[in-house]
Amino acid sequence: MTEHVEWSEPEATAAPANAPVTPADAADAARLVAFGLQPKLQPARDQEYTELLRRYREDPPFARLADAVAAGLGLVVLEVSPRAGMAVTAAEDSVFAVRMGDYARRASTDSGDRFLHGLAHLAVAALAFPRPEDLADDGYIGRVSVNGVDAFVRQACRRLEERAEETGENTDPATDAPGLEAAWRIWARRSSTGATKDARRLAGSTTGIIAKAVAFLTDSGFLQRTGDDAGGTYRTTARYQLQVRDMAGSAAMAELLELGIVPVTDGTATLLPAEDADDLELVAGAGLPFHS
Amino acid sequence: MTSPASTDSVPPQLSAGPRPAPGPAADEGLARRLRALACTAPLHDLDMRKANLAGEYTVYGMAEVALAAIDLVTLNMDFDTGADHEQIVARLVPRIAAQAPARPVAEHERVARWVLENLINVGSVDRGFRAVYGTFAPDGTYVRRDYDFKLIEEVPGYGGSVYLRTTDEAVNVLVGALDTDVTSAQIAAEVKLEVLISRGRLADAQLAAEQARYRTVQYAETLRKALDATRRNVRAVDWLQAVPDMIAEALDHVADRYRHENAILTNIRKARDESEDPEQKRRAAELVDIVKDCIRRHTQLQSRLLEAGPLFRAEQDRQAFGTPMTTSGIDLYGHLVAPVLPLPVERALRVTDAFFKRGTGLRTPVAVRVADLVDILLTPPLEREHLGAEMPEPDLIATPDDSRFSEEQLAAAKELLNLPPDAPRRLSGLLAEARRHDPELPYLVALLAVHAASPPVGTAYRQGEERLLFAVDDGTELDDPEFGGADLIVGMALLDAAGMKADRA
Repeated sequence: MTEHVEWSEPEATAAPANAPVTPADAADAARLVAFGLQPKLQPARDQEYTELLRRYREDPPFARLADAVAAGLGLVVLEVSPRAGMAVTAAEDSVFAVRMGDYARRASTDSGDRFLHGLAHLAVAALAFPRPEDLADDGYIGRVSVNGVDAFVRQACRRLEERAEETGENTDPATDAPGLEAAWRIWARRSSTGATKDARRLAGSTTGIIAKAVAFLTDSGFLQRTGDDAGGTYRTTARYQLQVRDMAGSAAMAELLELGIVPVTDGTATLLPAEDADDLELVAGAGLPFHS
Repeated sequence: MTSPASTDSVPPQLSAGPRPAPGPAADEGLARRLRALACTAPLHDLDMRKANLAGEYTVYGMAEVALAAIDLVTLNMDFDTGADHEQIVARLVPRIAAQAPARPVAEHERVARWVLENLINVGSVDRGFRAVYGTFAPDGTYVRRDYDFKLIEEVPGYGGSVYLRTTDEAVNVLVGALDTDVTSAQIAAEVKLEVLISRGRLADAQLAAEQARYRTVQYAETLRKALDATRRNVRAVDWLQAVPDMIAEALDHVADRYRHENAILTNIRKARDESEDPEQKRRAAELVDIVKDCIRRHTQLQSRLLEAGPLFRAEQDRQAFGTPMTTSGIDLYGHLVAPVLPLPVERALRVTDAFFKRGTGLRTPVAVRVADLVDILLTPPLEREHLGAEMPEPDLIATPDDSRFSEEQLAAAKELLNLPPDAPRRLSGLLAEARRHDPELPYLVALLAVHAASPPVGTAYRQGEERLLFAVDDGTELDDPEFGGADLIVGMALLDAAGMKADRA
């Protein structure tokens, strides 16, 4: 959320104008937030949007007003810039928040499906921004495909399977404790695709689950569809980068730390295979698997 | 090499059998065998369940059909995709038809589809199988475990199509114990093949060649997985040594196999062309097809290998030589995906849930005004055109009939040449008779007679014809105002249609 600091600094230094806020200002601020609620709308395509964005950046009291409107509605402002527009996202428990139960009906009853849907979103982000630099570089545009994401996760699962085999570990879960099954096995045993009677994608297959995720992200203005190859190819938008960097990534990290798992990397080595196969702490650098 | 060390290669479960104490080590072998046993269960299951199908299906050997299906899918697995669903069904039908020739073809196809769908296990959400078995944990407690496996899996192909692949489980357990060092196994098989061919033992050679092809497929599969991984992210790979070594090794392998198989091909071709025995000839021809297929697979593999280098370099340029940036501190793969995957699912769920909650953005809630709602509910549904848009009347242009002879002329010529089998005639007489009917007819008769000089015996044999027109030149010169050449003797030969049919069968 460094952007917050960036734009709030001039506000602190500039002499606060004592001009009272008029209802017209409030309407404009609300209008800007309303533009932000249409994530697929591009600022450059709408003159009024561009104008309001310029005002937000040049008029600190107006910016504070717009922030207040957003906060009151239950929104978090990620960035306000010509490239991302008024990038807002839903705060926790806001009416705008997406709930897993609404997203996929099966996911509310079946914890395996719920995990698959969550992991699909995580994997799309991980493949869209493979290196920490990619997530930090504002100009970076990631590219993902549905089949590519599936292959990427499967490869990681296969790597874990091989490791388990090397150590002679029996990863078959106990029958009466499905919750203790290793997470990767859930993905590995779900079929990646399947023939259906009406030639549509099998919704329960892993490519079906990823396709649902990318379609949803496209509707959120996070991805743009670029082609039909490899199950559908997409490129990322500035909003997605902000969302992953400032919201999702840190929230998931916090949850992981709460589970007592502290992944440590030196900040550079990312999708590299582990140097020594004996290292069983499957944290940093467990890496994109490669079989020679 | 007579040392008893060879027992080392025997899987531990064999030696662990007679030991009385059921320690974890013995149990591990038991678990492995139980899993192997479980892989055969779906096949037995097919034969058990066929009685429950609507209709009388007990005549079919379902396990046999299932094994044939797995063999077919394994052999038809392409480098890129897999076997085509429809093609597998079509190739299964002859075997099923042979099991019950009296039944209708539609039923045979239904059986093929039923077996294939059950091997995929279309009914389950994972499209796989699960077997439960028990083991003793290191602390001596008895634990029941779930073993999940697939026999045939569906994989995405180009343009959203779905292909079939056999899984490692299916290949290992059901196609044969092929879980060996692929390279050495292939070399051994090919040496054997060459020896067998040079001795003229084609039946054994065919078996060896088929085994070699299974190995070729398996080798391609291993490399495909490896190349897939390298394509996905170049940094996942040791670019200094591992990859170039791997590519060089694989290219050497391809070149070596290519040389070998071309030599074999030349050998078999010779056997095919020189052999007198039709059975031997047929075997050799089949072998040629198998080896050609092997060569095709190797060529495909080679082109993949050659593409890998430039791809690595392009990715290397983009990723490694870019200006270093300040990092955001979060490495999505190293910090999140990699640590989450090995966790038990109930704990991993907390992390993925948190990511989902914050990573999906926002949705504006839908609010409908009552006035709109009334309108929406009262609008009659849009009637779909049942038959679609009207087709424009096609503008047809009659193509001019530019045939040299009319249908009537052909019929007249055929009638003229329909000679009794015991009375062949001279071409000169036939021409003169034809000229009396129609001045154009002699040309057609002459043409048909010249064709009959080399009668289509093979076609007649395959189609089971009863009569065949033939023409023989006995040296007499043709005396005719319009034609020159030999005065052919044209006759009708009677063929033994029944005998030919028996022969073909």
